[in-house]
Amino acid sequence: MTILQRFLTVVLVAAVTLFTRAIPFAVFSHGRKPPAFISWLGRQLPRAVMAMLVIYCLKDLDLSSVPSGAPALIAVAATAALHIWKKQMILSIFGGTAVYMALLRLLG
Amino acid sequence: MQKALREAFPRTLPVLAGYLFLGTAYGIAMRARGFGALWSGLSSLVIFGGSMQFALIEPLTQAFAPLTIALLTLLIQARHIFYGLSMLDKYSPLSRCRKPYLIFSLTDETYSLVCEGAPADADPGRWYTAVSALDHSYWFTGSILGALLGSLIPTEALTGIDFSMTALFTVIVTEQSMDSFRRVRAGEIGLGEALFAPLLGGCATLLSLLTVGKSSFLLLAMGLMLIGFGGRWTLSERRRGA
Repeated sequence: MTILQRFLTVVLVAAVTLFTRAIPFAVFSHGRKPPAFISWLGRQLPRAVMAMLVIYCLKDLDLSSVPSGAPALIAVAATAALHIWKKQMILSIFGGTAVYMALLRLLG
Repeated sequence: MQKALREAFPRTLPVLAGYLFLGTAYGIAMRARGFGALWSGLSSLVIFGGSMQFALIEPLTQAFAPLTIALLTLLIQARHIFYGLSMLDKYSPLSRCRKPYLIFSLTDETYSLVCEGAPADADPGRWYTAVSALDHSYWFTGSILGALLGSLIPTEALTGIDFSMTALFTVIVTEQSMDSFRRVRAGEIGLGEALFAPLLGGCATLLSLLTVGKSSFLLLAMGLMLIGFGGRWTLSERRRGA
């Protein structure tokens, strides 16, 4: 690729990415109220999508060999447990990350 | 705006840790392929999408293939459509000067921070803008750092810090579940209503990952979720009509 082609590629990726982020707003704008199903779906999606994102983050786990998947699964459980116990977002996230980093070094 | 930044900053700390680390890793990976700070910085500024930027490193060294790249981007980024759908009621009423930037910067992580709405005591428009701009600046700074400093950064010692993203999403799922169960106990919603969305999201994603593999499972997962939600909506509409 020439420098111009590389630049165009980056701009193209940016444009398509923006398209995926903007399309719902473009379709349901100008004072048009979205249909009842879309409004309902929009309220339901956060809880479905967050579950999707946790699994998305864990997609590279290799469950066929036990030790490699263990740190992430234990750390996810530790993060949730810490959050139910203390209800402190920052503490849960950094505590869970510390558990993961420690397990990675102990088991890896 | 300064007040909004101060208020939003603590909420963005997990993203600060994750984006600085992943952004640095991105800058280093780009540099290893011969792309300096200018390219990493430009990509992080205008694309602002981690997984896509990593996926683009290899194609950038190959022949110019705009159609393939556009399709690849659509495949990886399609999940953002869901984020827009669930931010419609929160972002649509905002002023015309804020909305375009908020929509542009709706990444996975920013979405996870804004999807439950702004704190009750904050100006929503300013708070959303502060969260989005802070996240954007962390990602940009990380990728520049990685490209400039590269080998000087002890990434070995920091291996695993990117788990803060997984932990962020885990905490939000936990918070949503605790909230749902509180509402079930208070009699506001039924158990089915509380469990349906997270179970559908989890099962659809897991099933897709196990059947089509990790390169394109998100698209199938989104399709399954739409079918699931559509089915539930139709059933409840029919019950209401009867």
